[in-house]
Amino acid sequence: MATTLDEPVTRRDFIHIAATAFVGVGAAAALWPLIDQMNPDQSALSLASVEIDLAPVQTGQAITVMWRGKPIFVRNRTPEEIKAARDVPLDQLKDPVARIMGVNVEAPATDENITKNGHENWLIAIGICTHLGCIPKGQKTGDDRGEFGGWFCPCHGSVYDTAARIRKGPAPRNLEIPPYTFTSDTKIKIG
Amino acid sequence: MAHQSTYEPTNGFTRWMDSRLPVIRFAYDTILDFPTPRNLNYMWTFGGILAFCLGVQIVTGIVLAMHYAANTAVAFDSIEHLMRDVNYGWLMRYTHAVGASMFFLAVYLHIFRGLYYGSYKAPREVLWIIGVLIFLAMMATAFMGYSLVWGQMSFWAVTVITNLFSSLDTVIPGLGTMLVEWIWGGFSVNNATLNRLFSLHYLLPFVIAGLVGLHIWALHVPGNNNPTGVDLRDPAKETVPFHPYYTTKDLFAVTVFGVLFAYFVFYLPNYLGHPDNYVEANPLQTPPHIVPEWYLLPFYAILRSIPSKLGGVIAMFGAIAVLFFIPWLDTSRVRSTRYRPIYKWFFWLLVITCLGLGFIGAKPPEGGYVIMGQIFTAYYFLHFLVVMPVVGIIETPKARPRSVADSIFGEGGGGHTGAGRVNQPAAAAAEKR
Repeated sequence: MATTLDEPVTRRDFIHIAATAFVGVGAAAALWPLIDQMNPDQSALSLASVEIDLAPVQTGQAITVMWRGKPIFVRNRTPEEIKAARDVPLDQLKDPVARIMGVNVEAPATDENITKNGHENWLIAIGICTHLGCIPKGQKTGDDRGEFGGWFCPCHGSVYDTAARIRKGPAPRNLEIPPYTFTSDTKIKIG
Repeated sequence: MAHQSTYEPTNGFTRWMDSRLPVIRFAYDTILDFPTPRNLNYMWTFGGILAFCLGVQIVTGIVLAMHYAANTAVAFDSIEHLMRDVNYGWLMRYTHAVGASMFFLAVYLHIFRGLYYGSYKAPREVLWIIGVLIFLAMMATAFMGYSLVWGQMSFWAVTVITNLFSSLDTVIPGLGTMLVEWIWGGFSVNNATLNRLFSLHYLLPFVIAGLVGLHIWALHVPGNNNPTGVDLRDPAKETVPFHPYYTTKDLFAVTVFGVLFAYFVFYLPNYLGHPDNYVEANPLQTPPHIVPEWYLLPFYAILRSIPSKLGGVIAMFGAIAVLFFIPWLDTSRVRSTRYRPIYKWFFWLLVITCLGLGFIGAKPPEGGYVIMGQIFTAYYFLHFLVVMPVVGIIETPKARPRSVADSIFGEGGGGHTGAGRVNQPAAAAAEKR
């Protein structure tokens, strides 16, 4: 509704603007359910945590479990692997930040920050290459683990070390660490 | 050109209809009588071929949807059931799968036709832009359709391509992840993802059909470009009505194209596919090589040529976005590359670059392939952003024919039209003006 200068603002102008604004807000509000229905639903959210029994995993062995449809690498590291991860100076890392889900404070990617205190042998990481989402090799015996003894992504050649940190190749970040807690000495709960 | 209607209703019903909803007049003016330059070559038949392709995809697609189940538990098996048990299911599926490749083959030829003859230049910019939108919608549709097979390549292609959006995390932390989880409807590619891809795969072809309607509308306002790129002067001499001249020519071209189409459907139905897609999707195992279908390879090559993840995504989308600006990036006064002695070479260099990118996209990203991919990517963008504006300014074009009639009948011979060569309604239409 165009109001020229010689015409005074009328009640009708106000009603037009108010009605249009009301319809606009209503349309935007009606849009939200249509957008939000695509977000992860309640059944997906209810599967958001799993418990894992670590007792059968011997030193040097690794298992893969599913959490939220993603593979989780669980590795019981040997003392040599732990030492290799701890001896790396931070300035040799491609990504110096520990990528822990749900933690927004940027902690340095030291092995101490990536693993849990008192359970240093356990490395828990999301087994999805941070490049384009492939699953790196290195969980099965006989797999190519790459030159740093961790994981090797066959898609585009990213190499991870024994603390799941990116050391070589196109991936930009270290493997993500899921939120988990030790519920007992041999059990963890992810999520 | 938007031309005066010459339709005359011949009986009571058509007269009655014409004063209420003149659809018969509309069909007559656009399909039968539309004045079309008489010097169009076979590169101009791809419009008709593409309409044929869209029709084939919609018809076979509707049939396939009657047998397909968009659920991760049964999707893969429902396709095997379709192939083995449903009457002619194999034919429907192979026609649909090969049809996608044929559709892209035709669209790429159509696009390069437009680039060569300057069909994007004024007054056809909107026509070109709608064409790029159709191309985008086609790529989205094809990608979603490929995912429905729920084989290993389907699953991992969806994973890799949706993960592209997570690169936005480097702009605003959390934004990319939020967006990707919204697209997935979960924390990884899952049943909800498959369902929405199916829904959208069914929707988009009709969006494409609507865009095609606009594309044809935008074509019929300025009229067809032609191989000389010269504007029409005398429609009576320079055009023929679309029917029967171009309906027949297009049908012939569709038939020849159909031979190639049928050859692939019946003899090489899986040649353009990937054997890994006959293995059911497994979220715990990545195939050693993830490659998209051949028609998306050039863009995949651009994505991988940029060493940074976000940079690669920007370059890939930029490769399509730059097409929208071509009408203004090309500074030449001349439409047709026929009369552009310098640009001609760059045009073929662009063709080689696109083929090269397609080749690189299929190769593992290592060693020399990476360098080659980067060189091709660089030229792809240089062509549009530097070559087009600069060559248009520095080039001296060759002499063009004064008119389309001159190019057909020879200089000065324009007066001769020959009995039966000019159709009466078109000539009458021109005289009326």
